[in-house]
Amino acid sequence: MSTESANRPRTDWARIAGDGFWNNNVVFAQSLALCPLLAVTGTATNGLGMGLASTAVLAVSGLLIALVRGLVTPEVRIPVFILVIAVLVTLVDLGMNAWLHDLHKVLGLFIPLIVTNCAILGRAESFASRNPVLPSLFDGLMMGLGFTFVLVVLGAVREIIGSGTLFANASLLLGEGLSFLELTLIPDYRGFLLAILPPGGFLALGFMLAAKRLLDRRIANARRSRPATAAGAGA
Amino acid sequence: MSDALGPLRRTGVAYQAGLLGGFTLIAAALLVMGDMATRETIALRKAEDLAASLSQVLPPAIHDNDLLEQPLILQDPEAAPVVVYRALRGLQVTGVAYRIDAAGYAGEIELILGLDAEGGVLGVRVLSHTETPGLGDKIELAKDDWILGFDGRSLDDPPAEGWAVKKDGGTFDQFSGATITPRAVIGAIRRGLAFFARHRDTLTVPAERTTADLVRRSAGDARGQDGAER
Repeated sequence: MSTESANRPRTDWARIAGDGFWNNNVVFAQSLALCPLLAVTGTATNGLGMGLASTAVLAVSGLLIALVRGLVTPEVRIPVFILVIAVLVTLVDLGMNAWLHDLHKVLGLFIPLIVTNCAILGRAESFASRNPVLPSLFDGLMMGLGFTFVLVVLGAVREIIGSGTLFANASLLLGEGLSFLELTLIPDYRGFLLAILPPGGFLALGFMLAAKRLLDRRIANARRSRPATAAGAGA
Repeated sequence: MSDALGPLRRTGVAYQAGLLGGFTLIAAALLVMGDMATRETIALRKAEDLAASLSQVLPPAIHDNDLLEQPLILQDPEAAPVVVYRALRGLQVTGVAYRIDAAGYAGEIELILGLDAEGGVLGVRVLSHTETPGLGDKIELAKDDWILGFDGRSLDDPPAEGWAVKKDGGTFDQFSGATITPRAVIGAIRRGLAFFARHRDTLTVPAERTTADLVRRSAGDARGQDGAER
């Protein structure tokens, strides 16, 4: 990354990455995209699949919108952005139906909802329409990875508590080679229904938000008390 | 390149309309290409899904035809047209399978019912449902073998009053915490069996097989009884 920042000295790549992944995380900081988040995170695998599909759409929509930003006038920008995002989502939907069919059976209902994921239009409007192509692509990628991270963690927590497994059916998504990821952590577990149902998703998300606040406060305190040594502790 | 157009033209209605129209055209073209690239694969996957669920309720041993070929579309006065997939050995119908619907606790339950030529149940499987995980989803074979309890049953076995959950005085188990779901499934299977009884003559009439199918069948016979694996 250091060579690229030498070519483009005014783009702060580390900051984009830090914002996307943590400081300005789609879910943790912006509280966007809660509908797909809570709907699909019954298992970690579903979260990962939804996250990767959203990341692909975020990154490519960032790229395309930054490409056409000089052409698009402010008056028609919103319909154009929506059109770009809708086309991308439809293509992802068709592609998954054809080549990741088993996963599509699980996520199929939610893929069209990526269009309504306000995070994507939000990034198009607040970042990609104001920045060059490469930073916009990178921003979309980082925002998407941050979203994926939350989806996987939330899915894993709900899956472990709810059904005692982790990454069940991961081979459907990642191929047979990664079936070792599929773990049964608690054998003969009777299941805890609440964690799998949507209310459990809200509860788990609430605890995760609280944990992030605590962690951020601790980092800020550490930085205030030792300002000289903690310069590199951010991001 | 936008500067070449000049600031006046860029704010004009024609530019805006042309821009939006141009983007819509490009979008439509992309979607057409995406559809063309995936259409065949998607159709293939859907056929595989159907074949996989059919093979669970119509065992390969009883037929030598391609189950997806020549489905029978039956008009039923009491319901929507039913697509019936037939298992054939030679020209003889050895089994039929069709979809049945049940109104479950949280929405429609879609099942596929396989029957032999005498109307006995060969197998029932759930294709899709939205029942509560952990309670109503025991109708799935992956979660519980309750659904296998219907194998070998028929419209008169158990008799009419037995087609209910034990709580209602019937033959079949309910699940702890979920009575509505098994009740709906039992009702749907019974209706499916009644459908067979109404249309038995139409369903079991020897089929007229296409020449292509017969040629393929004899080729399959020549290879030694592996015709069912097509």
